[in-house]
Amino acid sequence: MSMNRREFMQMLAVAAAGGMTLHSNFARAEQAAGALYDLPPFGNLSLLHMTDCHAQLLPIHFREPNVNIGVGSMRGIAPHIVGEGFLKHFGIRPGSLEAHAFTHLDFVEAAKIYGKCGGFAHLATLVKKMKASRPGALLLDGGDTWQGSGTALWTKAQDMVDACKLLGVDVMTLHWESSYGADRVKEIEEKDFAGKIDIVAQNVKTTDFEDPVFKPYVIKNINGVPVAIIGQAFPYTPIANPRWQTPDWSFGIRDEDMQQAVDAARGEGAQVVVVLSHNGMDVDLKMASRVTGIDAIFGGHTHDGMPAPTIVDNAGGRTLVTNAGSNGKFLGVMDFDVKNGKVADFRYKLLPVFSRLLPADPEMAAFIDRTRAPFLEKLTEKLAVTEGLLYRRGNFNGSWDQLIVDALIAEKDAEIAFSPGFRWGTSLLPGDTITMEHLLDQTAITYPWTTLTEMSGEMIKTILEDVADNLFNPDPYYQQGGDMVRVGGLQYTCDPNAAMGRRIDNMMLKGKPIEAGKTYKVAGWAPVSEQARDSGPPIWDVVASYLRGQKVISQRSLNLPTLKGMDSNPGVAI
Amino acid sequence: MNPQRRDTLKAGGGLGVLGLFAAAGLIKPEMAQAAWNKTAFEAKNMEAAFAAFSAGKPAESADVVITAPDIAENGAVVPVGVVSKLPATEQIVIMIEKNPNMVAASFTLPEGTVADVQTRVKMGQTSDVYAMVKADGKFYMARKEVKVTLGGCGG
Repeated sequence: MSMNRREFMQMLAVAAAGGMTLHSNFARAEQAAGALYDLPPFGNLSLLHMTDCHAQLLPIHFREPNVNIGVGSMRGIAPHIVGEGFLKHFGIRPGSLEAHAFTHLDFVEAAKIYGKCGGFAHLATLVKKMKASRPGALLLDGGDTWQGSGTALWTKAQDMVDACKLLGVDVMTLHWESSYGADRVKEIEEKDFAGKIDIVAQNVKTTDFEDPVFKPYVIKNINGVPVAIIGQAFPYTPIANPRWQTPDWSFGIRDEDMQQAVDAARGEGAQVVVVLSHNGMDVDLKMASRVTGIDAIFGGHTHDGMPAPTIVDNAGGRTLVTNAGSNGKFLGVMDFDVKNGKVADFRYKLLPVFSRLLPADPEMAAFIDRTRAPFLEKLTEKLAVTEGLLYRRGNFNGSWDQLIVDALIAEKDAEIAFSPGFRWGTSLLPGDTITMEHLLDQTAITYPWTTLTEMSGEMIKTILEDVADNLFNPDPYYQQGGDMVRVGGLQYTCDPNAAMGRRIDNMMLKGKPIEAGKTYKVAGWAPVSEQARDSGPPIWDVVASYLRGQKVISQRSLNLPTLKGMDSNPGVAI
Repeated sequence: MNPQRRDTLKAGGGLGVLGLFAAAGLIKPEMAQAAWNKTAFEAKNMEAAFAAFSAGKPAESADVVITAPDIAENGAVVPVGVVSKLPATEQIVIMIEKNPNMVAASFTLPEGTVADVQTRVKMGQTSDVYAMVKADGKFYMARKEVKVTLGGCGG
C-alpha cells in the first residue's frame, strides 16, 4: 500500500468521522499527527525497528517510569533520566504528544486526551507508510514479541508469529521467545519463518561444542547497498528465565565473537553493519565502546524509549545506540546515507504510535479479530473496577505489582510477598474495568506457578541483595535488565550506590526488625528452578480470585523502599 | 552445528571421550599422575595455593587471558578458558578464590604445546577466577570476576 500525505490525512478524517470519541484537545493532536508521521525521507538505506511489543496486538496505555536510576558511569545519562529532566535533555515540549509518549508526566490526564498507543493494526499502517516513502526499507524486530498476552500464551506464540509475518518483519532476535522451549523456537524458525523472517543471534551456542544455534547475521542488499544485521539475543536468558526451557543453549555477551561477526560481515562486503540487540541499553553502550565497526545498535530489553541515539566513540570510529521502548508504542526509523561504501550521514526518529492518529490497517485488524475470537469469552471476563491508575514500570513497586503482592499475601495467608521486576505489563486508567485479559498482560508466562516458602530473614536479605546487584551493579555487563523485585509486607532501605551485600538495610515487618535466624512465610511466583514446576496454582488464578472478591480496587499505596543517596539523581522523580 | 563431529563422539561413546584420546595416544595416563600436587589442590586460601606452586606473588599480565562468563548460567558447570601468549608457557593453573578448595585445575604443557586450555569448574558463589601461568620459569597471573546469582526476575 502506498500512501501520500494527502491520502493519509483523508484516512484520518474518515477515521474521525467513523465515531471515534474526540476530546477537544485532540484536534490539536490531529494537526500535529500530520507533521509527526510525515517524516521526510533521507539517504538511500532505511531500517525500521520495533522491539519488546510483548504480544500486545491491541492498542494499550503504557506509563513510562518515574524511577529509572543510573549508578556509576551511567548516572544521569540516557536512558537514566526521567520526567522533566528527560524533556529538557531531548528538547521535547511539555504537554505535547511526545511528552506523553516518552514520560510519566500528567499521565492520566494526557492519556485521556491523546488516547491509547500501539496496536498491530495501527502499527501496520505506520509501517506501510514508512515503507512507501522509503523503498527497500527493512523491518527489524528486537524480540520479546511472542510473550505478554493470554492469546500468545494459549497459542504458544502462534498469534504473534502470524502477526509478524503479516506486518512484514524481515529479521528478528530473541529473549522471552525462548521461554516456549528450544523445540518450539526451532519449529517456528524452520517452518513458519522459512524464507520470510530470519532469526539472528551470534551469542547463542550449544553448551557442548559451542556450535551456533542460529545464524549470527544476515546480509541484505538494499538499493545496491549490502547491509549486515547481526543478532544479539538476551545474554542472560537461562539465568533470568528457567534454564530447563533451553537446557542445551548457552548465551552470554561474547564481545570477541561479536567482533568476529562484524569483521566477517565486512569481509563479505557489507558496507553497513548494524546489531539487532536484546542486551539492554547499558550493555549496548558498553559493547559499542569495545567492539569496532558497528554503525548502529538497535536495542531493546530495558524498554527505554529514546527519542535520539546515543553516539559512542570507540577505537574504530563511532557507533549509534538506540532503544525503541516497548509494548508497540514506538517505531524507530533510521535513514542512512551511504556513500563510497560507508555511512556518510543519518537521520533517526522514534515515532510514537498513537492509535487514534493512525487508522487501523483493515487486513491486520481482521486478522486480530479472527485470532482473538475463540478466546473472547475468557479474555473479557470482568474481574473488578480500579479506582486508581494501575501501572508496572519503574525500578520499584508500581501499582499493578502492589496489587499482585497484596493479592498474594491475602490469598496465600503470607507475611511477605515477592513479585518479579518485569518491565512489561500495560497500564489501566482510574475507572477502568480490570478484565482477565488485563490481568494476563501482567502475568502470562510459561512458568506462572505460585509458591509459599518458609524463609529465614537471612535468605530474604540475600534475595534482595542479589536482585539489587542485578539492577545496580556499576558494570553493565553484570546487570540483567529487570527492575527490583516487588515486595509486599516488608519495608526496607535501599542504597543503590553501595557495594554488593550492602545495599539493603533496615528490613522491617509490621514495625519489627527482620531477624536473620527467624523464619517468615513468603509468597511468590515465576520460580525459575525446575524443582518448582507446578509448585502452586498459576498467579492469574490467585489474583483473579482476589479481584473477584474485592470487586472495587481502591488506590494502592505503594510499598516503596526508603532510598539513600538518590536525592539529586536524574533517574528519580517521586 | 557440526553433526559429523557429534556423531563421531556418540559412536565412541562406549569408550568415553577421554578413553578415545588416550587410545589414540593423545593423553598418556601418567601425564595426569605426574602433575598431581596434593598440597595445592588442598589449599584453603590463595596464599597457600601460590606457595604450593612455589609461585610467590605472581605478576599480573595482559598476556594471560581468561575467557569466562560475566554471570554464570549454571554455577555447577562454569566454562573457563585460559590462553597464554607468553613464550615457553609450561603450566596453567585455574583457581577460584571463594571455593573451599581454590585450585580447580592444573595443566602441565609439554614443550611446543599451544597454551590454550578450557575446562568446566564448579562455583558456589560470586568469586574472582584466577589464571596462574608459569612461563620460562616465572609466574604470571590474570583474574576475572564471575558472578553466580539466584536467577529469576529478569526482563
